Amino acid sequence: MKQVKSISRTSRDNIGTVLMIVAIYVLVQILNGAGLINNQMRGLLVPLCVYATMAVSLNLVVGILGELSLGHAGFMCVGAFASSFFSKLFAETMPVFPRFLLAILIGGIVAGIFGFLIGIPVLRLNGDYLAIVTLAFGEIIKNIMNVLYVGRDANGLHFSIKDQMALGMLPDGEMIINGPQGISGTPNDSNFTIGFLILLVATVIVLNLINSREGRAIMSIRDNHIAAGSVGIPITKYKMLAFTMSAVIAGCAGALYSHNLASLMATPARFGYNMSILFLVFVVLGGIGSTRGSIIAAIVLTLIPELLRFMNDYRMLIYSIVLIVMMIVNWNPKSRAWIQAHFGRKKNNEAGKEGR
Amino acid sequence: MAALLEINNLSIQFGGLRAVDDFHLTIEKGDLYGLIGPNGAGKTTVFNLLTGEYKPNEGVIRLEDRDITGLSTIEINKAGIARTFQNIRLFKQLTVLDNVKIGLHNQYEYSTAAAILRLPSYFKTEKQMNEKALELLSVFNLEDEADTISANLPYGKQRKLEIARAMATNPKLLLLDEPAAGMNPNETQELMDDIKYVRENFDMTILLIEHDMKLVAGICEKLTVLNFGRILTEGETKTVLADPEVIKAYLGG
Ligand SMILES: Nc1ncnc2c1ncn2[C@@H]1O[C@H](COP(=O)(O)OP(=O)(O)OP(=O)(O)O)[C@@H](O)[C@H]1O
Ligand SMILES: [Mg+2]
Repeated sequence: MKQVKSISRTSRDNIGTVLMIVAIYVLVQILNGAGLINNQMRGLLVPLCVYATMAVSLNLVVGILGELSLGHAGFMCVGAFASSFFSKLFAETMPVFPRFLLAILIGGIVAGIFGFLIGIPVLRLNGDYLAIVTLAFGEIIKNIMNVLYVGRDANGLHFSIKDQMALGMLPDGEMIINGPQGISGTPNDSNFTIGFLILLVATVIVLNLINSREGRAIMSIRDNHIAAGSVGIPITKYKMLAFTMSAVIAGCAGALYSHNLASLMATPARFGYNMSILFLVFVVLGGIGSTRGSIIAAIVLTLIPELLRFMNDYRMLIYSIVLIVMMIVNWNPKSRAWIQAHFGRKKNNEAGKEGR
Repeated sequence: MAALLEINNLSIQFGGLRAVDDFHLTIEKGDLYGLIGPNGAGKTTVFNLLTGEYKPNEGVIRLEDRDITGLSTIEINKAGIARTFQNIRLFKQLTVLDNVKIGLHNQYEYSTAAAILRLPSYFKTEKQMNEKALELLSVFNLEDEADTISANLPYGKQRKLEIARAMATNPKLLLLDEPAAGMNPNETQELMDDIKYVRENFDMTILLIEHDMKLVAGICEKLTVLNFGRILTEGETKTVLADPEVIKAYLGG
């Protein structure tokens, strides 16, 4: 049979992406062992994994499905609260390993359910409706979390959206979600290794999905939904699959995030609109549709403001310059051709021409 | 036996314009049928009605005696009608091979889990899909372009790829909307040979829209002529093309 080069090139590309993640992990471990990572940087390791996972998640919606989500921080928020809620409930009764594993799964599943429910009415439509609805969702979720009170006492769980008193708990009751104060005392189960594993698993799942029958169906909708329908691709089904899967991954990232925080509050800085836009910036700068690019952009853009902290006022200036340079490098046709020639990424249009 | 395709009394109205008015058509299995007419006559609109892109105001469409009027494009493709587009609609960012494999989507199956975990069924099915897709590409001499991103193909090959993709859905009826548009005479000749080949070797019934009279006269056995949404005449190609009414319509009468 004829050799199909683009297929082997794609799998080489995917292995490259996975190896890159592993290499970064090993490098960090070595540097850490050699005492070359200061405390401030060490505190950044888990958030780095969270943001890189969010970039992988959002790239699935924006780059692969071709829909716009402006509220991905909302799914992360849902995953963070659902998982922390679970961990607080079982903090004393379950050993760490199964509890955290379950917490991550619950974060993912609950966020996935929200993604699914949002998708049902919205993804049947063609147009930018998803952007509008996810934008609203992100803001609403944040606000709901700020007025939600949940407590536990001998009688069981109490819910309120008014205040702590309205829970009517016994004096020995314990607050689990305390309105604007959120959840405090989530067990600190996250660490860099688990973060690395979540990022790795999310990446492998997304890459394997993309290079499959269903992944091709998802990309066909992105490229031309009328043609996709004409060859019998069930469009709504695959939009739902991609969007729900993305929400699940974002929820898992949220669980990783919340188990790294002493107190989890739904503040705009953590789960607001700006965060959703930041994730979108990762995807766009990474070269829309490129999982590897999204991860690199997430890492670079998370590290830079921290690395430049000593420059005080000039920090944001340099950050902006880096943004612009990355934009140019990734989107200028000449530099893309250069990247193509030297790193042979499949994404580029020239893919079929070389090596024949 | 019932005809493969039977359309009766089909009409659609856009605002005040009856783009297709009281249209009828019967196609037998194995036919190579032409739909012609001046610009704006309503030919593409007939295709859009046939494939469920538009819903008719009146009329019935039957495929092998089954009423398919009002079904979605997806269901109609599954029922056995596939099409190409006048303004090419490829999956531009994907390779030529992937374009055809997307056409094969509904004939092969493995679970999402098999894809994510790369189970044996994934590799086995993908291999079968690759073979089938390459076989279809080779009909149109496109197998050497399998790795090319489809947007980078020359125009004539893009049109052929659209036919290969439509055929990948294993249709009973293939609708081609101006397949020779933008092709040079050599390419058109190749295309005519390809269409004949497909019809004979794949047992395909074909309905095509075309302005190139050389192609129409060369391969279509029967024609229907549309003018301002209505049928001007229909019948054997030779008779129809000699009809003074048809010549007049084409000369802008
Ligand atoms: N969705 C639509 N809304 C309004 N008018 C439409 C629509 N689709 C088609 N029409 C009109 O219907 C008429 C027939 O168009 P159609 O595209 O079917 O012509 P055609 O015979 O395919 O012409 P051509 O040879 O130029 O491709 C035109 O006047 C066109 O403007
Ligand atoms: Mg037309």
